[in-house]
Amino acid sequence: MNTANALATAATTTLPLRMALTWVLAILALGVAGLARPNSIRLVARTLFAVGALACLGLAVLALGFLLRSQTPEVLILPLGLPDLPFHVRLDTLSAFFLLVLGLVGAGISSFSAGYFRAGEGTAPGLMGLHYHVFLASMGLVMLANDAYLFMVAWETMALSSFFLVVTQHRRGEIRKAGFLYLLMAHLGALCILFCFGLLHGGHWQFTFDAMRAARLAPAAASWTFVLALAGFGAKAGLVPFHVWLPEAHPAAPSPVSAMMSGLMLSTAAYGMVRVTFDLLQGRFWQWGLAMLAVGLFSALYGAIFAGVQTDMKRLLAYSSIENMGIVFSALGLALLFASSNMPLLAALALTAALIHTLNHALFKSLLFLATGSVMHATRQRSLGKLGGLIGRMPWVAGLALLGTLAIAGLPPLNGFVSEWLLLQSFLFTASLPHAFINMLVPLGAAVLALTLALAAYVMVKFYGIVFLGQPRESSLLEAHDANWVERAGLGWLGLACLLIGIMPQLALRLAAPVTAGLVGASVSLDGAFGWIAPVAAQQAAYNGLVLFVGILAIFGVTFLLVRLLAHGRLRRAAAWDCGYRWQTPRMQDSAEGFGQPIRHIFGPFFRMRRHLPAPEDPAPRYEVVIEDRLWRLFYAPLGRAVDWLADAVGVLQSGRLSIYLLFSFATLLLLLVFVL
Amino acid sequence: MTPAALLRQLAQIILALALAPLFAGWIAQCRAWLQNRSAPPLTQPYRMLRKLFAKEVVLADNASPLFRATPYVLFGTMVLAAAIIPSLLTDLPFARVVDAIALIGAFATARVFLSLAAMDIGTAFGTLGARREMMIGFLAEPALLMVFFNAFLLFGSTAFPNLVERYTRHPSLLDPSVLFSAIAFVMVLLAENARIPIDNPATHLELTMVHEAMLLEYSARHLALAEWASSLKLYNYVCIGFALFLPWGIASSTQHGLWVLPVSLAALVCKLLLAGGVLVTIETLSAKLRVFRAPEFLAMAFLLAVLGLLVHLLLGAA
Repeated sequence: MNTANALATAATTTLPLRMALTWVLAILALGVAGLARPNSIRLVARTLFAVGALACLGLAVLALGFLLRSQTPEVLILPLGLPDLPFHVRLDTLSAFFLLVLGLVGAGISSFSAGYFRAGEGTAPGLMGLHYHVFLASMGLVMLANDAYLFMVAWETMALSSFFLVVTQHRRGEIRKAGFLYLLMAHLGALCILFCFGLLHGGHWQFTFDAMRAARLAPAAASWTFVLALAGFGAKAGLVPFHVWLPEAHPAAPSPVSAMMSGLMLSTAAYGMVRVTFDLLQGRFWQWGLAMLAVGLFSALYGAIFAGVQTDMKRLLAYSSIENMGIVFSALGLALLFASSNMPLLAALALTAALIHTLNHALFKSLLFLATGSVMHATRQRSLGKLGGLIGRMPWVAGLALLGTLAIAGLPPLNGFVSEWLLLQSFLFTASLPHAFINMLVPLGAAVLALTLALAAYVMVKFYGIVFLGQPRESSLLEAHDANWVERAGLGWLGLACLLIGIMPQLALRLAAPVTAGLVGASVSLDGAFGWIAPVAAQQAAYNGLVLFVGILAIFGVTFLLVRLLAHGRLRRAAAWDCGYRWQTPRMQDSAEGFGQPIRHIFGPFFRMRRHLPAPEDPAPRYEVVIEDRLWRLFYAPLGRAVDWLADAVGVLQSGRLSIYLLFSFATLLLLLVFVL
Repeated sequence: MTPAALLRQLAQIILALALAPLFAGWIAQCRAWLQNRSAPPLTQPYRMLRKLFAKEVVLADNASPLFRATPYVLFGTMVLAAAIIPSLLTDLPFARVVDAIALIGAFATARVFLSLAAMDIGTAFGTLGARREMMIGFLAEPALLMVFFNAFLLFGSTAFPNLVERYTRHPSLLDPSVLFSAIAFVMVLLAENARIPIDNPATHLELTMVHEAMLLEYSARHLALAEWASSLKLYNYVCIGFALFLPWGIASSTQHGLWVLPVSLAALVCKLLLAGGVLVTIETLSAKLRVFRAPEFLAMAFLLAVLGLLVHLLLGAA
């Protein structure tokens, strides 16, 4: 459906592409520069990260210019790589959109990091700066790659550099364990992607994306390719059942790195999926869409439910990332469903929802992860049971985190609502699909999505309420200090973007339009008043974030003024009402476990729970509840045992005696001779 | 957006502000009659509001700006909702840009802010209330969304004015899915507005409270705004019900003339009187559920709404 566009000849000028490569190289150079004085926090953090933020900004501006102006794909062959196998790069609207996400969010994270890193936290700052910038640059290369070879090199560099960042505090056992799990899952995923590319060339052994686009695979081969891509990119995105590494690895890293992994690395998974299914495979079968929709929705619900019962703030956010990537993948599935049924406009609507949700998730999830970083620096705590009341001590962080919380909870007029609105609208139109059986199933999907979105709000109220509101649960929290102004700038940048996309959704739609036009041959309607989005037809549904925002401000203003004018403003501070019980302490507030109780109660079958309840007369009462993922026991434990058994079985061969090994070689040679002769 | 349209919009908002406390008073009266008590006057909620606005605010020591801003947020979102829902007429400029899904978003905003404010002081009851409110919310919101989905499938729009106008043109009450939707909607309405059987608006026992527990720390003008907002919320929900299931009498954009508005106002008042009676009957006949049973009640509403969708699709396919 997009062959004409995909095979469009390269533009004569390749300036934007060269500039994009230059920015990526500049980011890489910043990492290397830090090695000059690896222990100087002033050079590495305060200077190089700040310059890195500017480089990211440059990348974002470049991508923005490309999306709005030229839009014709540009290709280059780099004088790098193996002999006869040079690296191919390409800048098209899809990669420009994701480069924009990378630049926009990377600028915020790098600027925050410039104020965040302190001396004496794990790895030497210079080394960490190297890993950080290599990570950033490799994500840029993933989006620019135009052959499977460069793609895999960049993809693996991304996995390895982020692994080193995860194990920054490698002296702690559980962090090493999390890092190992991450490395394992990342490589299993990469293996799937490798096999996927191995099928994609269609027997021509040409590994450039152009050749893959031209190769028309047989239906069975194409379907296998799709399954491998879903497994590979799904493992990176944390889709169930490949999600187990995510809640371990993301929280283990320092907060800016968690923000990069959750906000940006997960976006590369979405990028890869779109590239392979929509661009290279050209989305041919509706069954793929249905499969992706099902996997995405299940992951979204699963992530939301597990986020609700977490007691560690970073783990809670990590599970929420699973939920959001599930939403993105379900939107992609829906787009595939529409695209394969020859409904380009609706496919464009769902694809737009997926793209904008990816952008939104990158923004607000980084904002929240960075806010947890500030909280951890100020309090040395990350357990929800030991936080509370920080809004009084850290007003800046609390205010900006509130913005992120409201955005991720999908409340108007912020950005999270825009993408959810678009996605719900595209679900509404499924009744027009030609398959009656899908028409029955998809409303159920919409119901699951609605439940997930509502659960996300629950989770975020829990997160924000327990960390920032209430009374401090520990006396040490009274000395908490606010973030410094460099950190505030990073947080503010991301928060501003959340607000801007929310009240001017048309801007985001305009950026997604050339992407969907290239991939599915249509884009959502952009005409109408400023800030107005009416994706299909104005009489069916329209949303205007700006009018809503102005309306809300006006109503608040008028109410406030009227109350000020008509009522007197007398106010007295007093102690909170203690219900007649004077010996209350902050520890008696509802805890994270308590707030998760309804979820444990309603979604009990999802969890493996171990509970220890104290007896009434217990002098030292202990309450404990341990919640585990059932999939560990159902899926991973048997798999681990099978691998162990296999290793043991092979181990029988290893006797340690040289003569036996020689005998093996001899037998093998004999066997081969028999075959050959 | 003409000045006349803006004026009509403003008129409907002011009407909602005026009628919402009266509707709450009407419900209190009906309940008193059904329970053989002598009823308070219809204007009792107004007197409450006047008393509360005159009082001095007592604020907890550790209350943050979020706590003080929340009553305004609640009031503002409910006024916004009143501006979107066509209770009197459909020619509303605001309703063209904020559709039913955005309305659910606005309700969610109010719920999230109220829950956060309840957690702000850090007393046990406030947080307990917040937790329960969010639990009811995440079960009720999808059910409401499914009700709107069904309306979309029937009439092809999520914008309220179009829903109402198409409804009045093709009164397809015979579609069985509407019945399922209507039952689900009434259940959501009861849960979301802190009515029996989910919550007891007149309770004095903190442990069983949901909505009142969150308002425990509010006083004076803050409490007045919050109470006004909750009466507006009930009024809004009832008006959504009218727009979806009893749209007769709502003036459409094609109708002109002086007689239109009085007629639609009379229709609205009649429907409100009726709705109050029905609500009180349901409330008087049912007992309050334990909190643990609330999920079952709301899951039933959700399933009924989904069933309505499926019934519609099955009949459409056949």
